[in-house]
Amino acid sequence: LVQFTIPIDNGDALKNAEADSQRTLYPYVTGTSIVAIKYKDGVLMASDMGGSYGSTLRYKNIERVKAIGKHSLLGASGEISDFQEILRYLDELVLNDNMWDDGNSLGPKEVHNYLTRVMYNRRNKFNPLWNTLVLGGVKNGESYLGMVSMIGVSFEDNHVATGFGNHLARPILRDEWRADLSFEDGVKLLEKCMRVLLYRDRSAINKLQIAKITEEGVTVSQPYSLKTFWEFQAFHNPTAGAQGSW
Amino acid sequence: MSSIGTGYDLSVTTFSPDGRVFQIEYAAKAVDNSGTVVGIKCKDGIVMGVEKLIASKMMLPGSNRRIHSVHRHAGMAVAGLAADGRQIVARAKSEARSYESVYGDAVPVKELSERVASYVHLCTLYWWLRPFGCGVILGGYDKDGPQLYMIEPSGISYRYFGAAIGKGKQAAKTEIEKLKLSDMTCKEGVIEVAKIIYKLHDEAKDKAFELEMSWICEESKREHQKVPDDLLEEAKTAAKTALEEMDAD
Repeated sequence: LVQFTIPIDNGDALKNAEADSQRTLYPYVTGTSIVAIKYKDGVLMASDMGGSYGSTLRYKNIERVKAIGKHSLLGASGEISDFQEILRYLDELVLNDNMWDDGNSLGPKEVHNYLTRVMYNRRNKFNPLWNTLVLGGVKNGESYLGMVSMIGVSFEDNHVATGFGNHLARPILRDEWRADLSFEDGVKLLEKCMRVLLYRDRSAINKLQIAKITEEGVTVSQPYSLKTFWEFQAFHNPTAGAQGSW
Repeated sequence: MSSIGTGYDLSVTTFSPDGRVFQIEYAAKAVDNSGTVVGIKCKDGIVMGVEKLIASKMMLPGSNRRIHSVHRHAGMAVAGLAADGRQIVARAKSEARSYESVYGDAVPVKELSERVASYVHLCTLYWWLRPFGCGVILGGYDKDGPQLYMIEPSGISYRYFGAAIGKGKQAAKTEIEKLKLSDMTCKEGVIEVAKIIYKLHDEAKDKAFELEMSWICEESKREHQKVPDDLLEEAKTAAKTALEEMDAD
């Protein structure tokens, strides 16, 4: 492969001061949880459309779930610019796959493996892509759902979540997930998880998308909002019965 | 064989007294000895076809691809030395990828053909390199619609609405000129290209051949791909029937 851009090669990011300043130390614009489940016909993945800049909810129209090739969906939480970079890598991967024109195409297991390699190798250079990725898909009738973290931890499961979703959504899914969920029941289950996240995760916004992937292909829903309820009795007079400040 | 260029044909950096560069002309001869490659621009896209002369009965049909995708929206059909062709295709893929990486948009076909032509020409400027022994037909679909370019071993690149290289190029060009391309859709174009290739295939000199075709049109969502199997079969049948009708005369 002929190189056209002249890479600035400062050397080793661990020893050279100039290269060191190019390493990722902390994330800047971040997306919050992704929640995904396998269901009867494939995989469902839900995310909200927020991009936080620290504690500011700066961007409210960020799509954090994207279709990859014909058979996969990728959802990301964490640094949005790193997610965009990952999408560029995958774009090149899928393009090269298509150009063979041999009737084969990359399945979700292969894309998941590729991402795991990328994330783990970046972690080993102390320059991670600051994301937790969820990769779901269907190929030849088989559903696949997996996850890769920014340190390269990678696994598959029937339901996965990132960030706060691990603590708030997965307990619900452990109790209520079934392999034969219909599309409607799957969406209801995901909405139940997303609602809890909306109430309890301060970086969540009430604008979400649910993406579906089946043998036929990918559909990403239009953004919509969940109904919330704030009229609980206990919240009406929160200081009643409490002495002092709380 | 011929002694026309004696003395002036040893290096690509030598002109002959009558202003010719023989090495480039010899490279073109390598292209002329290969199976015919045809490309046409129809009103809604490009169709390319290759007469793949089969060297051995042991070869698997569908192998030895002569038409390659260079990006989503462009493809190249190669005639001449296959290994040289692979280099040109690799370079074209690289150029297309680089353009998209820098400018964020698919490379315009004109730009791509200029870059490829420039690369082919480069190899005619230094004595330590030899010219590419292959010609290439580049078809693509961008904002300005479908476009067809041909790049020769000399590095010349022109835009065409119909082009042919290889053994039967003269016969092919005559046939193409008979077609009314501006009224033709790609579906019709596929049948016509198949007919042309079957017609100019010389049964006596070369035995078997395999027809490989690709297109970029509205039906393929402006993406370069092999012509779908059912349409290809239809085209082959139509071509064989047309040949029989001709022989019956």
